[in-house]
Order: sequence, then structure tokens, then C-alpha cells
Amino acid sequence: MSTQPKVSVRNVAKIYDGTVVLERLDLDIAAGALCTIVGASSCGKSTFLRMLLSQEVPSRGEILIDGEKLPPEPTPDRGIVFQRYSVFPHLTVEENLMLSAEFDAAPLTGRLFGSKRAAARDAVTETLERIGLAQARKRYPTQLSGGMQQRLAIAQALLKKPKILLLDEPFGALDPGIRADMQELLIELWKELSMTIFMVTHDIHEAFKLGTRVLVFDKIRHDPDAPDRWGATITYDLPLDRAGVQTIPDAGALFALKNTTRGDVPHA
Amino acid sequence: MRLINRKPSRATAFFLGMAPFVAAIVAYAVASHYRRLDNPADKLLPSLPDMAAAFSRMAFTPDRRSGDLLLWMDTFDSLERLAAGMGVAVVLALSLGILIGFIPNARSSLAPFIATFSLIPPITILPILFIIFGLGELSKIMLIVVGTAPVMIRSVAQSVMEIPRELIIKAETLGASVWQMMVRVVLPQILPKLITAIRLGLVPAWIFLISAEAIASTSGLGYRIFLVRRYLAMDVILPYVVWITLLAFILDRLLLMASRRAFPWHHLQGESL
Repeated sequence: MSTQPKVSVRNVAKIYDGTVVLERLDLDIAAGALCTIVGASSCGKSTFLRMLLSQEVPSRGEILIDGEKLPPEPTPDRGIVFQRYSVFPHLTVEENLMLSAEFDAAPLTGRLFGSKRAAARDAVTETLERIGLAQARKRYPTQLSGGMQQRLAIAQALLKKPKILLLDEPFGALDPGIRADMQELLIELWKELSMTIFMVTHDIHEAFKLGTRVLVFDKIRHDPDAPDRWGATITYDLPLDRAGVQTIPDAGALFALKNTTRGDVPHA
Repeated sequence: MRLINRKPSRATAFFLGMAPFVAAIVAYAVASHYRRLDNPADKLLPSLPDMAAAFSRMAFTPDRRSGDLLLWMDTFDSLERLAAGMGVAVVLALSLGILIGFIPNARSSLAPFIATFSLIPPITILPILFIIFGLGELSKIMLIVVGTAPVMIRSVAQSVMEIPRELIIKAETLGASVWQMMVRVVLPQILPKLITAIRLGLVPAWIFLISAEAIASTSGLGYRIFLVRRYLAMDVILPYVVWITLLAFILDRLLLMASRRAFPWHHLQGESL
């Protein structure tokens, strides 16, 4: 591997109508990292993810992928899974998975017919079995549980083989048991496909369990007379090697983390 | 138990639903009975059997002058105009509505114009239509289009804008072009809402159809009731009104059924109008 970082964030700030949401973000992420992002509610972690996706543009600074500027709109090299609305409600499970192949093959209709369609259907069978949805392939997303929907969303995002996978609180709405299964699935896929993953989460334990690098977003400067003057930035940047995943970070960091995430507990 | 927690059984719900209809018919029959006691030749509130006779004459006895079965000819002509008008309105609603809802530049350029246009009372355009298109079919169809399309366009555009942004972004990350997103994501998502828009659009469409037929036509349901009005022929008018209502009701139910059948995913989300 070259020493060039996969993703470089250079002095990025995001300002909405005079409200500074994020500022002074400086960051290099190595290829193959699983980078988890935690922080209090509305501290800009989802905004950061949306900038990585080009859904929003930084007000200052720039973001580089493999040394090149981000394209100005979402592209297939960055996959995305949202907490909700990640799969197409009007398509069945298998149609959701066939969709990207259909976009590739049929520029005009966006739809495959006959034997080509049958081939596309066969092509997703393995994926369906892998994510445990083979029995549910003819069902619509609203007929699936939350965990099944998110498995489908992840599988759909991975079909285009993105170099970078962005996850915006993907397991936030799931029950704890299902969440643990989903975390395992994610780790498996990450190891197998050697992608770079950015994952925003409310759950500090999830962040340390999954991440090879944990980013904590928080406001460090605060002006009581002008609360919008200062934005959040990265207050802790903790690289964890895989072997040390289970080790608990030092007490000072943990204390700070608890403080920063206090507001999130009811959500988790 | 509180009233809000008492729910009628299926049978009770049916009888409760029928009660106002029965009450209206009984009230009519009583009023008609007493009027005809005073004057057996009363034309204002004809008896139910008289109306049935008039209706079956319109439906099953060929007209003496033209030899047509008038009810069916009127119904066919009116429905043809309604279908043509709504068809054009639907095509306009889909094409302009998706453009306005999906493409920001198209929205900036078309939305204010459509919003202004939709405020013109359509009937005021009718004389203009008669002058431009003559008194034939085209002006009647155009009145339905003018009366329904602007609202339907805005309703479709609104539905497009209500599609969660996440879905559009997801489609972009799956490599879709704008056209592919329109045909595979936007269009299928709004089709059920388009049917709702058609159902709502049919209400003004009927009004404009009947108005246009009343003013200048030689056939159609609206033409007929305004024609026989000259003879105070309530025994024809009232059944015709009931018949028009029944047609409107059947159309509405058919559209709802079609929507349930064609878009099960939409109705699974627990919505029903």
C-alpha cells in the first residue's frame, strides 16, 4: 500500500446561515480503515458524512479521495446506508438488489426483460442467501423487519463495490440482539471486501467495538453570548489496532467521551 | 363506555351507512305523495314509479326521432369526453409534474406560471375556448383539461418533492442517470398518488363536463338534463342526476381498486382514502 491516505480532510468547515456547525476538520484516513464517528446530537457528525457523500459541500476547505477532489454529486464510488429510507419501497427485495445492474445495462428503460432479467435475478441469489433474505425475495420492504431492511440496504449499497462505504446510524433503530448480529455481518463484509468504512453512531460501545479508529466530535469553544459562533470539531481521534479492540481506552478519554455523548443515551 | 371507544360491528356499520340514504328516499316519497294528493299532475316531485318509468324509457326505448337509446348514447358521449379530457390532463400532470418536482431549474421556470394559471376560474376560459376551438368536441375536452390539469400538475410535483431525499441519493450512488431515476424511482413512487390526484380531479372534471355540455352540445348527460329542464321533466332529470352520481362513484371505486391491485407496496404502508 502506498502511504497516500484514502481520504484527506483539509481544514473543512460547514456553516449554515451564520451557524458554524463544523470547523477546523483536519484528517487523513488510511485505506481499509473502519472509522467510527461519535458525538452528541446535532454536533455535525451526520453533516460530515453528508459532505463525504457530496450531498453537501464544505463551506471552507476540501475533501480529497485518493488525492483527488470529491466530485460535486453522489457517485457510485461511495456507497451509503441511511438509518431509514435506504431501500426502495416500491420494489421487492430481489428487485431492490437487481436495480443497480439494470441501471448499468439499460440506459433508456432502466429495466431488463426476458432472459437478461432472469440472469440478473440469478446473479443476486447468492447475495440474498448471504444476508438471509432468500425466503423473502418476493416481499416488499415494508413487510420486512427493521434488521432485514438494513441487511438489504447494506447488500444493495455493496453491489456497486464502492471503495468507501458510508453508514449513517445504520443500526440506530434496531433491537440490541439484532444489532449485534448486524455488527458481525458488517465486520465480516469489511474484512472480505477491504473497503474503507465511515460509520456514524450514537452508541459509544458500538463505536469502540467496530472501529479501527474512533473520531469524537464535540464543541470545544463555546461563547454563551453567541452560541452559533463556534462549531464542533474532532476532539478525540483514537486509533485502535484490531488486536486491541477489546481494550478499554484510558480513563481520561473515557470520561471525556461519556460527557460528550451524555445527550444521546435516551436515543440509543 | 365512552362514545369514541364504541365501534360498530360490520352489520351495524352497514345499516348505519344505509340509514341516511333510506331516510332521504322516504322523505322524498312522502313529500311527493302529499304534493300529488293536491295536484295529481304535479311535475316537481314525481313519484318513484314515474321516475323508474321515465328512466327505463330513456334506457330501453329507442328515441322516436333519431332511433337512439338516449341514456346510453348520452352516457357514452359524456364518458368519452371525460376520458379524453382526463387523459390529456394526466399526461400533462405526469410530464410537467415530474419535471417541476424533480429538476430545480424546471421548477423555477414553470412553478410560478402553473400556480398563476391554476387560479384562473376555468369557466371564464370557456368562451375563449368556444371561439378558438369552435363548438365541437375539442372545446369541451379542453375545458376539462384547463380545469383539472393545473391542480393535478401541482399535486404530482408535490408528491415528487415528498419522496425521501435518501432514496434519490441512494439511486445516484447506484449509478442512475436522471432519466433512469425518473422512470425507475420517481414515476413508480408517485403513480399511486397520481391515482389519488385523478380521483380528486374527477370531481371538478364532472362539473366542467356537465357545464360545457349544457352550454353547447347536441348529446351527453349534461345536454340532456338541461334540454328536458325546459319541460320541467323532473322525472328524467332526477334519475339522470342519480345516474351521473352512480357513474362518478363507480369510477372512483374502480380507481381505488386498481391502485390497491397495482401498487400493493403503497397500500401496505397503511393508508386509505
